[in-house]
Amino acid sequence: MLLMTKQGQEKLARDMAEIAKKKSQWGDVWKRLFRNKRGVLGMGIVVLLLIFVLGANLFTNYDYAVQDVTNRYDMPGREHLMGTDNYGRDIFTRLLYGGRISLMVSMMSVIISGCIGIALGSIAGYFGGRIDLVITRVLDILMAIPALLMAIAISSALGSGPVNTALAISVSGIPHSMRIMRSTVLSIKSNDFVEAARATGSKHMRIIFRHILPNTVAPLIVNSTLQIGGNIMAISGLSFIGLGVQPPTPEWGSILAAGRIYIRDFWPIIVFPAMCIMLTVFGFNMFGDGLRDALDPRLKD
Amino acid sequence: MTKYIIKRILWMIPVLLCVVTIVFTITYFTPGDPVLIILGAGNYTPEAYAQKSAELGLDKSYLGQLTTYIWNLVTKLDLGRSFLTNIPVSSELMVRIPVSFRLSLMGIAVMVTVGLPLGMISALKQYSILDTTLTSVSLIIAAMPAFVMAILNLLIFGVILRVLPTTGLDSWRNYILPVVSAAGSGIGVYLRMTRTTMLEVIRQDYIRTARAKGQIERIVIQRHALRNCLIPLVTVIGAFVATVFSGSIIVETIFNITGMGTYLMGGLLGRDYPIINGTVFVICTLVCTVNLCVDIAYAFIDPRVKAQFTSPRKRAKIVKELIEVKEGAN
Repeated sequence: MLLMTKQGQEKLARDMAEIAKKKSQWGDVWKRLFRNKRGVLGMGIVVLLLIFVLGANLFTNYDYAVQDVTNRYDMPGREHLMGTDNYGRDIFTRLLYGGRISLMVSMMSVIISGCIGIALGSIAGYFGGRIDLVITRVLDILMAIPALLMAIAISSALGSGPVNTALAISVSGIPHSMRIMRSTVLSIKSNDFVEAARATGSKHMRIIFRHILPNTVAPLIVNSTLQIGGNIMAISGLSFIGLGVQPPTPEWGSILAAGRIYIRDFWPIIVFPAMCIMLTVFGFNMFGDGLRDALDPRLKD
Repeated sequence: MTKYIIKRILWMIPVLLCVVTIVFTITYFTPGDPVLIILGAGNYTPEAYAQKSAELGLDKSYLGQLTTYIWNLVTKLDLGRSFLTNIPVSSELMVRIPVSFRLSLMGIAVMVTVGLPLGMISALKQYSILDTTLTSVSLIIAAMPAFVMAILNLLIFGVILRVLPTTGLDSWRNYILPVVSAAGSGIGVYLRMTRTTMLEVIRQDYIRTARAKGQIERIVIQRHALRNCLIPLVTVIGAFVATVFSGSIIVETIFNITGMGTYLMGGLLGRDYPIINGTVFVICTLVCTVNLCVDIAYAFIDPRVKAQFTSPRKRAKIVKELIEVKEGAN
């Protein structure tokens, strides 16, 4: 065994690769994900939503901003799938284009808060000690401000618009992703392969990037998926109270806010945007839960 | 135990000071000049501008303004005056805090009283039709932000069925819709958490032991499962406090309730910084206080936590007594 020939070593390596290919971790994950009914439902909703939202111009012949005063308050029908609003604009079209904004802003803020959270979390988790204490304490303080209030304050300071909204919402997401990252790094750090890397003289940066970060991908994916849903709630909430994305740019929250005064007379203008928000958040939550169960079966509830 | 509580209370002080600083800094760097808003753009003289600016304390540097603000807050509980109405923010808040606080606490209470029992039933009847229905409904509710919940409640109960009033807070019936909406997605999330925790607990060995010795099922659940399941469930309430409090802010504007939420919205529209700073600070204080209470309650419920904070001398005494008892028995 110890005096293995070169051919022997090569054969072993090939066998290992074969085994790895056959039982690849991601293949297992897919299988487990597809076995989970709710996860599949969530994924279906998310995929459908992406198709509809990204291909918005394929599904509708109307423009989201063109007003048609002769066709105001049309009930849902063949002509207008979800009716028309107080300016005669097609609600379905507005929701499709509004979804673009909601999803884009939400993903942007997930990326921003994710990047900062990953950096802070891996530093805190990996180095520990005083750095960890300082980072955790500072973010604890940030967490004392409720997420929505923080977003309200920042977005009122930055002004409206998609990019500013994404920034405002990502600030309150940082502590959360930092915590998840930190605890994941802490648990990975104690593994033998990290110690082995250190023993062979790897630098800190190399250990973090080559050995630790690849192992945190699973919880990060789960966290981002779940955060997209939460962010959509926050974005539409901000737009609803007049911050965030403002008319005439369609956004689900601002469409709902604009329709609020017609609640007594014309229900489609309220119900459809509300359904959009709910369905999207539901889809991302289910998809995220499914991913979590598939990636880490031990966490299954 | 006392030491733990004192430590937690003392930790709140730097946290709140930092909160004030953060919020003050954010509003300080907000574009838009409040003096111009008050005087109206265009029709003012430089002297009038300088006078107004000095009157509001806006001519001082950032640090100067911040220290004055914190000094007034700490010594006089003074949060400044509204730029637009010149009414002190703290006196306005005094009237509004009870309204919002009651609303939010009721929201949390509704969340727990609905989520906890239903979650437990769901767990005890796992995989039954009831369980499937409850989980599905809770998942849908969990996907509803407070304002969507509020709008839909308004539409269903206020406009279509016309069974509940939709504005003001005159009688108990007025509270139903805002409170349920403020609890919002929390109900669904809490129900699911209860179910998960309960499922974990009833798989434990001590439950099996209790059943194996022939204990009545009702007592197994009440005495063994419930208490162990409550411990984590009390802690997670803390995580919902912030959500419910901030949810009630938006809910207030929808149901026209004169609480802190409507006040904050007014401040945001008029760029009235003292209002924004003061309201955010007060809400943060309330959230921190409620969280503190939850943590202390947790320590009281869970003997393990309580034991962690007994003084070493007391612990040594207990251990000594135990040893004596054991020796006496021998």
